[in-house]
Amino acid sequence: MDSQLTQYIPILILLLVAIGAAAGMLIASVALGRWANRGRLQNRAKNQNINTPYECGMIAVGEGNTRLSVKFYLVAMLFILFDIEVVFMYPWAVVYRDMLKTNGPVILGSMVSFLGILFIGYIYALKKKAFDWKS
Amino acid sequence: MHDAFFYIFAILTVFCAVMVVANPVSRSPITSAMFLVLTITCMAALFVQLHAFFLAAVQILVYAGAVMVLFLFVIMLLDLKEEERRRIKAVSAGLGTLAVGSILFLIIKSTLQFGQAGAIPPHTEGSTASLGKLLFSNYVLPFEILSLLLLVAMVGVILLSKKDLK
Amino acid sequence: MTGQLDQLFVSLKQWLVSFLPQAAQPMAGILLSISAIIGAFATMFAITTIMERKILGRIQNRLGPNRVGPFGLLQPAADGIKMLTKEDIVPFAADKLVHFLAPVVLIIPVALALAMIPYGRNMTAVDLDAGILFFFAVGSATELSVFMAGWSSQNKYSLVGAMRAIAQMISYEMPLVLSTVSVLMMAGTLSLPLIVQAQSGYIYEILPRWNVFTPWGLAGFVLFMIAATAESNRAPFDLPEAESEIIAGYLTEYSGFKYALFFMAEYWGLFAVSGLAVTLFLGGWNAPFPFLQWVPSWAWFFAKLGTIIFGFIWVRGTLPRLRLDQLMNFAWKFLLPMSLINIVVTAMWHFSRVFQFVGAREMRWVLCALVLAIPYFFLGRALGEGRPAKRNYKFAE
Repeated sequence: MDSQLTQYIPILILLLVAIGAAAGMLIASVALGRWANRGRLQNRAKNQNINTPYECGMIAVGEGNTRLSVKFYLVAMLFILFDIEVVFMYPWAVVYRDMLKTNGPVILGSMVSFLGILFIGYIYALKKKAFDWKS
Repeated sequence: MHDAFFYIFAILTVFCAVMVVANPVSRSPITSAMFLVLTITCMAALFVQLHAFFLAAVQILVYAGAVMVLFLFVIMLLDLKEEERRRIKAVSAGLGTLAVGSILFLIIKSTLQFGQAGAIPPHTEGSTASLGKLLFSNYVLPFEILSLLLLVAMVGVILLSKKDLK
Repeated sequence: MTGQLDQLFVSLKQWLVSFLPQAAQPMAGILLSISAIIGAFATMFAITTIMERKILGRIQNRLGPNRVGPFGLLQPAADGIKMLTKEDIVPFAADKLVHFLAPVVLIIPVALALAMIPYGRNMTAVDLDAGILFFFAVGSATELSVFMAGWSSQNKYSLVGAMRAIAQMISYEMPLVLSTVSVLMMAGTLSLPLIVQAQSGYIYEILPRWNVFTPWGLAGFVLFMIAATAESNRAPFDLPEAESEIIAGYLTEYSGFKYALFFMAEYWGLFAVSGLAVTLFLGGWNAPFPFLQWVPSWAWFFAKLGTIIFGFIWVRGTLPRLRLDQLMNFAWKFLLPMSLINIVVTAMWHFSRVFQFVGAREMRWVLCALVLAIPYFFLGRALGEGRPAKRNYKFAE
């Protein structure tokens, strides 16, 4: 186990601590809530509507999960494409100033042409109204 | 210590992957998606142990973040009740088992034949800076081709989802 | 003396850990810093809620909470006790396990994000080489939690709120991440403590070398703060929780301590993203002037953090909520192209360092500011819907 890997040990510990603390607090609060409201809970009739979905006082009609518009799918897909672009931009940004000294035109040109090609796609999406939420 | 971590995460990865396709409790696609997130996260942990730190972060950022959101949105386009009613067919289950079995056979056969791979070099170049240096000196052309690929994907998705609108 | 004060918490930790056997020391150190962060930010959450209500009250010309304790300062404690003793209500149709797990899943990414921020000299709990990338990677788990909360409640308002929230988060994550790229280009590293170090030192021995004092840094800071407001679901981008339209969005079916956990995680996310803004653009724990360096580094960090949070509260008290289509247009048609242009401007800024004639420095400034200002003007114009039609008020006159 070398020094680079030990950097990740705190993450693992924090993960376990956060899960444990949050779940523990929730379970404790559920138990505490049951104890604090024990009088009320005993007197409550079984068929009260307290557990129905809260939809502004109306009785809920139909399924809780409705099907969604395809617009969401479009946004998610565009997000993935730009996310991948970011993934390539991060290593570029890290080495940019170092490589500027040795190989300036290549490092600047490669990213400018990369962005240029993506910009064509962006203009296409704009013209096709892919970013318009109305419609 | 290192080996113990590897086995923990490898077993978790395989377990979650099995739960994605063959969950005995719930047939809901949402549950499958949740287990897929766990699978991806465990795989990122495996990447960290291989010193591929950048790849691990990208794995979580792109797959657990972006691709997962896409999956969830696509699942919400479906009729969930219909999906849950769908039973596992004997034919598809058999074919799946056959495929997994043959891949497993290939892996075991090749490991037995060629022996275990030698220990990986202790410092695989996985840091962001070394990756960037390689990417923008030796692999500039694939990088530029990739931007064309992204462009094609963007045009494709817009054509697909905006087809009915002129 | 100043050095001791600066390293107060670090030496305190070392002193406490030294009582333990040698083998347990690293582990105890990690646990100690984690619990310090969780404790500090739980306290800060309590202080922020009361201060937010007080300041909002002042903005709206009322007093705010002033009944519990002196000046109402014990209000968070009263709220906490109330939340703890609430009955836990889960809708009968809900997926009980996912409904329970959603707030737990939300706590993990925000706690991890908080642990990565450098709070002072040698005060980083999780110091990763790819720190900022991991910050955004764990941040993407918040979307999952929001979806779990909205979907498992089996409530139409919850689902609509969750879907709105996710669409908003992914739309604003792009400008958020892209605006940090220019800082990485300057620092040449992904590690957050090293980014802070790159901003230390002073120009002409008096002016701070923070990123916000360059054209690209200022533009990046503004873009980052706008995207951060949307990312942490705060007004004027609080559509997912628009209480007057969809009750409380994905939080509708949550009550008691589960709701409190969501609330706390949201504030922790706000602290984390504000802390990142301080680290990237405002020089982290560096003092603004060399003669103020005797103030401990962590004090500077928290002073800057407090200022940014005050800004968030001020914005919340001032601006009305956006409409969903305005929100999406703003992200995709304004922030995204502006953040890409900002990267190009940063590339130009470093590229033009080779020119060494007289006045090159000033020219670089003017040029970069112009390249940013022109698209800002035209993109802003394109975004507007023109002048609003003249309204006739039938009864108001």
